Amino acid sequence: MKSLAEVRAKMGEEYKQKFTRARVVVGLGTCGIAAGGDKVMKALQAIVAGRVLDIDVDFTSCIGMCYAEPTVEVALPGEASVIYGDVNPENVIRLIDEHVIGKKPVEDMAILQIVENGAKAYEGITLMEDYDFYKMQVRTVTSRLGRTNPESIVDYIATGGYEGLEKILSGMTQQQVIDEIKTSGLRGRGGGGFPTGMKWQFTHNSPGDKKYIVCNADEGDPGAFMDRSVLEGDPHSVLEGMIIAGYAIGADEGYIYVRAEYPLAIHRLNLAIAQAEEIGMLGENILDTGFNFKLRIKAGAGAFVCGEETALLTSIEGNRGMPRVRPPFPAVKGLWEKPTNLNNVETYANVPFIIRKGGEWYASMGTEKSKGSKVFCLTGKIKNTGLVEVPMGISVRDIIYKVGGGIQDDKKFKAVQAGGPSGGCLPEEKLDLPVDYDSLNAAGAIMGSGGLVVMDETTCMVDVARFFLNFTQAESCGKCTPCREGTKRMLETLTRICEGTGKPEDIETLERMGRVITKTALCGLGQTCANPILSTMRYFKDEYLAHINDKRCPAGACTELLTFVIDKEKCNGCGKCARSCPAGAITGEKKMPHEIDITKCIKCGACLAGCKFDAIYKA
Amino acid sequence: MSVNLTINGKKVNVPKGTTVLDAAKQAGIFIPTFCHDPEFPRFGACRICVVDIPGMRNLPASCVTEVTEGMEVYTESPAVVEARKTILELLLANHPKDCLTCERNGDCRLQDYAFQYGVKESPFEGEKKNHPLDDSNPYIVRDPNKCILCGRCVSTCNAIPERSVIDFGYRGFNTKIVTGMDLPLAESDCVYCGRCVAVCPVGALTWKPLAGKGRVWEMEKEEVTCTFCDSGCKFNLLKKQGKTIGVVPKSTAVGRPLCLKGRLGLQLKYMDEPALPFIKKDGVFSQVSWAEALNIEEVLAKILKMNNSNEK
Repeated sequence: MKSLAEVRAKMGEEYKQKFTRARVVVGLGTCGIAAGGDKVMKALQAIVAGRVLDIDVDFTSCIGMCYAEPTVEVALPGEASVIYGDVNPENVIRLIDEHVIGKKPVEDMAILQIVENGAKAYEGITLMEDYDFYKMQVRTVTSRLGRTNPESIVDYIATGGYEGLEKILSGMTQQQVIDEIKTSGLRGRGGGGFPTGMKWQFTHNSPGDKKYIVCNADEGDPGAFMDRSVLEGDPHSVLEGMIIAGYAIGADEGYIYVRAEYPLAIHRLNLAIAQAEEIGMLGENILDTGFNFKLRIKAGAGAFVCGEETALLTSIEGNRGMPRVRPPFPAVKGLWEKPTNLNNVETYANVPFIIRKGGEWYASMGTEKSKGSKVFCLTGKIKNTGLVEVPMGISVRDIIYKVGGGIQDDKKFKAVQAGGPSGGCLPEEKLDLPVDYDSLNAAGAIMGSGGLVVMDETTCMVDVARFFLNFTQAESCGKCTPCREGTKRMLETLTRICEGTGKPEDIETLERMGRVITKTALCGLGQTCANPILSTMRYFKDEYLAHINDKRCPAGACTELLTFVIDKEKCNGCGKCARSCPAGAITGEKKMPHEIDITKCIKCGACLAGCKFDAIYKA
Repeated sequence: MSVNLTINGKKVNVPKGTTVLDAAKQAGIFIPTFCHDPEFPRFGACRICVVDIPGMRNLPASCVTEVTEGMEVYTESPAVVEARKTILELLLANHPKDCLTCERNGDCRLQDYAFQYGVKESPFEGEKKNHPLDDSNPYIVRDPNKCILCGRCVSTCNAIPERSVIDFGYRGFNTKIVTGMDLPLAESDCVYCGRCVAVCPVGALTWKPLAGKGRVWEMEKEEVTCTFCDSGCKFNLLKKQGKTIGVVPKSTAVGRPLCLKGRLGLQLKYMDEPALPFIKKDGVFSQVSWAEALNIEEVLAKILKMNNSNEK
């Protein structure tokens, strides 16, 4: 076998060179670009070119702090790296003038500093490990995110990349690799939580000379972006995980099924594949061991259901992505009826770390039945929206309040939706649940892919259920009756309830439909589509009843059920509301309390937003 | 290898690999199906055939669940009945209520099962499919609004490699069986073999030449085998009051492609008053002579010529 030592040494040297010069690094994930990171980059390049400065301008992926994007890292040789937030093309010049040239960090823009390799820390800037958002996080899969250049294999190799692959090829048997994964206790990170080692074993044991490795990167849950972040931030780790799986299972070909809506991820994966082939870690006769492995990318067809494994395989085969009946499971009969191992992006990304540091190390994190760490996406009414990686077993409350910083505007927490359209809502009393597959299932939610959507008192739970049903009914493939027809009828029922024409028997109808569809649908999409309804009915039935019986939305969110009222005591007749009303529904004498004509009111809320005296309220 | 199981308490012994549906059939126990086609099994879409198997997570579809040793199956438990009723109600909520004038009245599975499970009407009121009727060709009428999307027509059409004219299109509630680019059948590559019509369990696919000709209970069926080529396809003669009024394909078995020419030939051979056939010329259907439709003009001319010279 050939060794990578020479390449590793050369690239390690090249990587070290980076730190000998002043560096300004912009976070350019899709999220960073959307927040204006590319404009910051252009401004930076213009400044550096215009003034002929000796600065490295580089880019990285998303470090996880959505709430502070675009983020820029500035590092001087031998000194700590400072991460700045909310950088724009105007204020980026301060980072150059004051930090790079003036050698003084811009404290009012700095978020935290990272001290590594014996660098010198600055005064007055929080260390990353002390910063609330990161304090409870363990960064395994996300360790390179926002820290290395995802389009550079040099960065990957210099930070331990492909060591896992080298390790298995230099003397581990297929069974030893599978056993290592079993020891780690890794479970499917796509949300199902099936033990990965066991799945590998099944595929390994399936008779057949041709086998496939497939990666599910068709992440489609509303409010979930962990797979995108990993693909854009550390594409090589996914490749390495897949190559290791290929070796362990005896496959020589693999597919990454990435949703077409992730063009940057596809671009970076393509680059990564080409780079890995160039240094001989992919392709024919890897490291002279006779092991061949080829990877292809298949861009998804824009259907949520293609994230369901059998539909995904059908889609790769070139057909309409409709689920197939299981069993037979893909491990026995998958892609083109050959044994196929299918895991999610995050599952594969964990593999190189497990092989490198050992299954025991991985199993030392987490709970008895859920090992390691899990990446979550915090979205919704939370202060620190972002991408977080926490050890399994941490409580939901800690994720929301300690990592996420609590609720926006310090409003009252109402619920958190875990697991996307297949998941459920957890109320306040369930917040102390440990995050692991089994506890969340028992509470009526699921781990799912890792989306956590936080809702406050202004969110209506019936409306939330309606939102998710709207999604699943539009994304149902139409193959099986319960899901195709049932999601539509459940959505219509919820819509009626939100519009104030719900009937008392609707509750029972929804329960029955939920029960039947869950038990009879063909695939996971249909079997779980009722979860948002069933879980909100379980914990927030009073909201349903208020909508149906009192025609009232307690959260004040369902516009059809709202009336805007002017408090005569508080109104001083300034007339601002009447001027802002687009429907001419507000009348009144000057300096006298005004009135809203509810027959004309279109419930747009413009009056309420503009009133300086809090005289207008929703009832 | 044989497997022992009980269905509704009845002991059954079947070969390994048998589905619960087939095992029940052998035991004389009825399980309703829409999408199951013995020729192309394991589609598993309609879910009307779900059964109760204690120990399983949900109600599995019997058409795709293989029997295991010691399995207990209940085909009419309260949960199953509730599920079937709900599925029927969901289908009926999206189905025209014109049974009285429907061509398939009395020969429709949706009707049969609604009767069996006492589903009078659907509690679900809401949007209904509203697709245009496709009667663009002289042979097959497609009414997408009556379609229950069981997919049998798709499987049977795709079983003949060069056909594959139809498939599922669109999503969710808007799902529809479509031709390429969702064109009317007349503008597609359809060859009007009628395999799809032969397997449709409801009134979504019907024969245009037979429209209004009679009710299913008025017709007698007589099986004939086509001899126009060596495939040996089976057809049914439809007889009403002793008169043969139509010929329709019977079995869509694998390797039995059925074809328009065979059917037309049989119509000429058996029907009492066969109407002139239509064939597509330059993309448009036109009525032609029997000789042209069966492509036997030259042969016929020669036979006539020889007969004439023999008579002289």
